[in-house]
Amino acid sequence: MAHTSNANDRQAAIKSIWKTFWILLIVTMVEVGLAFLHLYTGFPGKLLLNSIFIGLTIVKAFFIVAEFMHLGHEVRNLIMTVLFPLLLFVWFIIAFLADGDSWKNMRKDLSPGTPVKKEAPAHAPAHH
Amino acid sequence: MDNAVTAKKKWWNGGHSPFSVSYGKLMMWYFLISDAFTFGALLIAYGTQRFMAEAWPDPNVVFHSFPFMGHTNLPLVFVSLMTFILIMSSVTMVLAVNAGHYMDRKAVIKWLSLTIVGGIMFLGCQAWEWTHLHEVGAWWGRNPFVNADGSAALSTNFTDFFFTITGFHGLHVTSGVVLNCIVLINVIKGTYEHRGHYEMVEKVGLYWHFVDLVWVFVFTCFYLL
Repeated sequence: MAHTSNANDRQAAIKSIWKTFWILLIVTMVEVGLAFLHLYTGFPGKLLLNSIFIGLTIVKAFFIVAEFMHLGHEVRNLIMTVLFPLLLFVWFIIAFLADGDSWKNMRKDLSPGTPVKKEAPAHAPAHH
Repeated sequence: MDNAVTAKKKWWNGGHSPFSVSYGKLMMWYFLISDAFTFGALLIAYGTQRFMAEAWPDPNVVFHSFPFMGHTNLPLVFVSLMTFILIMSSVTMVLAVNAGHYMDRKAVIKWLSLTIVGGIMFLGCQAWEWTHLHEVGAWWGRNPFVNADGSAALSTNFTDFFFTITGFHGLHVTSGVVLNCIVLINVIKGTYEHRGHYEMVEKVGLYWHFVDLVWVFVFTCFYLL
């Protein structure tokens, strides 16, 4: 660590810090630029735009965690200990967003004034 | 530090840390994992409500103001500035950590001070934004914004989640600034010089970067999507 390193190592480390800074800044600028492009031209479409935003967010998160928080340079045991529990988020996000969507559809179908659907539920005998 | 990992090295046989970091840093990582779940739960709850709602306000309409610019329509510009300030303060923090590795006390003081300034600037921006939104009638339990499709607001979910999540993040920034100040005082007093290492700067650095990391997600979820 400190005692064995020299001025060259220090300069190299500082250079890589600024490189990460530029990556984060440019990615953020691209995000804001795309938001404006969508605002004035309607391109790219909302779904594509949101997918790009989420993708770029994960890119930024990767650089912050790997470089600034130095996790990319730690031993594998530590990397796995930190990242593995976060896999729960995959289930968490899919389950909850799907649940929200299903609620919306149920409320739409059951709101006052909505014509009751004619099909009989699958388990009940059908009346024609 | 023993970073030379050979295939034969027995990480779990004792005698050394299987994580190759100090106890304090490992515990900071564990704390940050738990904090990530707290923020994750809040953001996913927000996402669930948004998927449940038939209409939602357009962030480009809600967040379009800039200090001293009156009614000029500047969507996203102010929050981009806030994002830039926070990224910048993350850079100065990592430069402080780097200076600490080389026992360069003066450089640590310089970069850590700039990090604190960045944190205070971010909080100032957030205070302005909250004040502005409060003036146009937004608060917990009050949602003055029409939805993107032109319909009137049906619930206060948008403002409730916005103030709760950005407020919780702002609270983290505030405690980060306080921690940075405490560490800066210790650096100036020479505590870490005497101790022989600047690991405490690394630990508060981890926390500070985490705050920046959370902002990246808050920025996407509230201002972009």
